[in-house]
Amino acid sequence: MVEYILIIISAVFVNNIALSRFLGICPFMGVSNKVNTALGMSGAVAFVMVIATLVTFYIQKLLVSCGIDFLQTIAFILVIASLVQMVEIVLKKVSPSLYQALGVFLPLITTNCTVLGVAIDVHNLTMGVSEEPYGVGAAVIYALSNAIGYGLALTIFAGLREQLELADVPEGMKGVPVAFITAGILALAFMGFAGLFQSIA
Amino acid sequence: MDNKNSKFEIFSKGLIKENPVLVLILGMCPTLGVTSSAINGLGMGLATTFVLLFSNIIISIIKDLIPDKVHIPAYIIVIASLVTILQLLLKGYLPALDESLGLFIPLIVVNCVVLGRAEAFACKNNVVDSALDGLGMGLGFALALTILGAIREILGVGSIFGYKFLAGDGIIGFVLAPGAFIVLGYMVAIAKKLKK
Repeated sequence: MVEYILIIISAVFVNNIALSRFLGICPFMGVSNKVNTALGMSGAVAFVMVIATLVTFYIQKLLVSCGIDFLQTIAFILVIASLVQMVEIVLKKVSPSLYQALGVFLPLITTNCTVLGVAIDVHNLTMGVSEEPYGVGAAVIYALSNAIGYGLALTIFAGLREQLELADVPEGMKGVPVAFITAGILALAFMGFAGLFQSIA
Repeated sequence: MDNKNSKFEIFSKGLIKENPVLVLILGMCPTLGVTSSAINGLGMGLATTFVLLFSNIIISIIKDLIPDKVHIPAYIIVIASLVTILQLLLKGYLPALDESLGLFIPLIVVNCVVLGRAEAFACKNNVVDSALDGLGMGLGFALALTILGAIREILGVGSIFGYKFLAGDGIIGFVLAPGAFIVLGYMVAIAKKLKK
């Protein structure tokens, strides 16, 4: 149980996927103008990331048993791309309201490197306490907590950028430069969580 | 326009005028993720250049054979195969670089610079132009990453390309995550100013 709690805290706060590991920065900059869009994107990422991690977990087992695990990158990206398509189709049929909320973001997720990153990541990690590799349960929890961490960072950042619209920013720094610097300060704030992890472990 | 000049134009626009990192703001994940030192930035830049050059060449050769409906999946397969080749080459010949770039090597597949150039340039132009475009864009990417890595390394640990010129510690924050965002923010602002 302790391992799972450590995975969650570490992925959401300490090693936040966007602010400390720099994955998914393109959409982080792209869709973070409004809190609502940020929430929609976070939901879509969480949805796809958990399913993709679950599916690729078994794909990797299959690849290893056939001795072709060097095809990991190709296999994973194809699985993720088709999965995104499939999720889109199923969601449209099953839950039109959810599709309305997440629809526009789904196609963007194929090239969101958080999904591929986490899917590859779970095969290289070991449980903090024992040295055994992640089981399927830990992999799903890891994916979910990374998605929550990504959503958290994205939403906070969107809130900051909404405020930034009203601020008097020097001419040369307007737009992207000041967004980066804001993200830098946010990352600085997240560094404060590093101590938290040590005191629990 | 003089033919030779326009060829040079295709190559050189990626370096400064349309620099993928500083002007087009593409490929942010590896840009921020691996540039804790100048040598890592250069390594990542050259690795991406390799993929970009060959993906542009291959895609411009096969562009007429691919049905329009499946062109994106087809491009992704080409890019993913090249990344796999790169992964195996790095593991074999430069294991230290492979170790320090880690997860970001397979993530070249989803680097929007690579797919972006395939979609914006290679699928409309001939092989030579596409190769020049890929090389220019790749070197522009490498240039931006090396500068970013060098600035972070100088401020963060007081060394450059691993050569230490300051005794003691630097401002450690520049090697860690916040420094990446802040230095890149200022670089984009300076690039914007220079472009005007």
